[in-house]
Amino acid sequence: MSANNKILLAHGGGGRLTDELIRNVILSTLGNYSLNKLTDSAEIKIGQTNICFTTDSFVVKPLFFNGGDIGKLAVCGTINDLAVSGSKPLVLSLSLILEEGLEIEVLRKVLHSAARAVKEENIEIVCGDTKVVEAGSADKLFINTSGIGLKLLKADIGFERITAGDKIIVSGTIGDHGMTIMSHREGMKFESEMKSDCGSVAQICGKVIEALGDDIKFMRDPTRGGLAATLNEIVNQIELGIEIQESQIPVNPTVRAAADMLGFDILEIANEGKVVIVVSQQKAQKCLEICRSCENGKDAAIIGEVSKSGEPLVELETKIKGRRIVQMPYGRELPRIC
Amino acid sequence: MLERINKAYSQIDKAHKVLGRRINVMEVCGTHTVSVFRAGLREAFPKGLKLLSGPGCPVCVTDQGYIDVVLSLAEREDCLIATYGDMIRVPGRKGSLEQKAARGNIKIILSAQDTLNLAKQNPSKKVLFVAVGFETTAPATAIVVNEAMQQGIKNLFIFSNHKLVVPAMQALLLDKNNKIDAFLCPGHVSVIIGSDAYKPVVEQFKKPCVVAGFEPMQIIEALAEICRQIVEGKPQACSLYSAVVTGAGNKTAQKIIDETFDAVDGYWRGLGQISKSTLKLKEKFSSLDAEKQLGVEFIPEEDLTGCRCGQVLCGLIDPPECGLFAKQCTPDTPVGPCMVSSEGACAAWFKYARRKRQK
Repeated sequence: MSANNKILLAHGGGGRLTDELIRNVILSTLGNYSLNKLTDSAEIKIGQTNICFTTDSFVVKPLFFNGGDIGKLAVCGTINDLAVSGSKPLVLSLSLILEEGLEIEVLRKVLHSAARAVKEENIEIVCGDTKVVEAGSADKLFINTSGIGLKLLKADIGFERITAGDKIIVSGTIGDHGMTIMSHREGMKFESEMKSDCGSVAQICGKVIEALGDDIKFMRDPTRGGLAATLNEIVNQIELGIEIQESQIPVNPTVRAAADMLGFDILEIANEGKVVIVVSQQKAQKCLEICRSCENGKDAAIIGEVSKSGEPLVELETKIKGRRIVQMPYGRELPRIC
Repeated sequence: MLERINKAYSQIDKAHKVLGRRINVMEVCGTHTVSVFRAGLREAFPKGLKLLSGPGCPVCVTDQGYIDVVLSLAEREDCLIATYGDMIRVPGRKGSLEQKAARGNIKIILSAQDTLNLAKQNPSKKVLFVAVGFETTAPATAIVVNEAMQQGIKNLFIFSNHKLVVPAMQALLLDKNNKIDAFLCPGHVSVIIGSDAYKPVVEQFKKPCVVAGFEPMQIIEALAEICRQIVEGKPQACSLYSAVVTGAGNKTAQKIIDETFDAVDGYWRGLGQISKSTLKLKEKFSSLDAEKQLGVEFIPEEDLTGCRCGQVLCGLIDPPECGLFAKQCTPDTPVGPCMVSSEGACAAWFKYARRKRQK
């Protein structure tokens, strides 16, 4: 644990400190077989049916950003956790924590956006809760969503299924959400050219599982901590390395410029509408074609593979044929001074 | 692109043969350090070249005493600390700003201008601007100082510890133990000071000083240019970043620095006191000077025990040679500033080059 005994913002950043908090404080108290797996959603067997169950809270600031808002994010985030677990999202809950003084019109806008997002997935919000806290006790509006999905019969997904030679696919450009949010916060001028990727990956996940079944070994949406965190989570579990090629990773040039300007590593920046897929070598090309046939998978690319030998590290071959290690991010990226 | 890389590498090989030993080039700028690591250049370079990470990260060169003063001010109820993000994790003797941030009186700013608004929005607080950085950030501080004077803002205080790059380079070369054959000069700083600013270094010490941009290819080609100068025995101060860095630099920015600050002797971590290397507010701005107005006494202090950031900054050791590296000192539990700043040499080694996996 870090030197002092208080929660730091970095504990929420999705990097090493988050991991420590979860393992040393939460799992040590609440842990059990299902929770300890730290998968995107828990798999529960009810009778002969397997369902996936997940929950997520959303505290994004600003509430509205180019490409989405907290309402759409709250719906899509939970849908994505269900989808990458190999399930078809069925129903959601939505709970609100509202700060005294919030304009009802703002809430209305957020809920309309959430409604559009569930409609697009053809699912419903079936339960919810509302709490109001006094001014200063929350920042305008927090949302929690939980979701239940029906496990797809053809899905067989898990870290343990990953083997050497499997290919790594990312479903589109990385870093769009994180850099859009940061540019809003920092008041940077090129914000209008950047757009959050906030959206559902359920179509992509559903299609690849339907077509390729157990050749899809693992899926995860690279949210907090970005691609770097997701790939490190994988190597930590499989005890094999991953090699990726910088030249193959899709990045929007404006997003890259913004990240460079602030000194951020684009691999560590959050996404909200992307999925990382680990697929067998034989079916990688087919999987890529399916991704690209989907609305939000046009820029999908095979970015690397699980290495046959080597240490359990994520290694990047850079554009100029250098090599470096991609570590688990620390947690909270800080803009540099100059 | 590969052709350009190979051409540059053969120039480096040639210089290596001519010199009959490894060439040590110091990259003065933290952004170069990160670019080099991020592009995996260290492993790709010919073996005849070694890059030494220099004192080019503003956080890393900031004296321990300064940091402890900022931390003590952060404990005062009447103070609001405005700081660039990199500074908040630097450990002092009593924690870091990040650990004190829970009280809500630490504000991360991206631009010096934000401090003016903070002061206006918090009239009951004394807003302390942790003004660090090289010639890149000094002009922005100078503008704020002048605007605060014009607007009659009474609750903004500048704790200036801006540093000048050239005196530090000269101090490094005066050290008999230095291993530096040439400098890869910083892009951002040189936009302000111009590549001619390095002429005194070239004249006095006969070491090439080449300004480069931050793209990996720009760095490789600047290193090749350095090697060419070494082979020919004609060291120069020049810019390969000519689209943005001129010989003369930005005269307007230089003028406002000169009008706002005096260059005084100042302390650098690892380098000790360097003559005329630190910018302090001129007497006419003393009403904004934190050191004069907040009763701050800034005493240079020894580095924290065991920390060898000072030697890292001088290019004398690589971070893994420090006994604390990746043991007590990690980005989660940094002991020295080079592990804190994303542009610090230790953090860059830890992040991009350490093969041992963090459990």
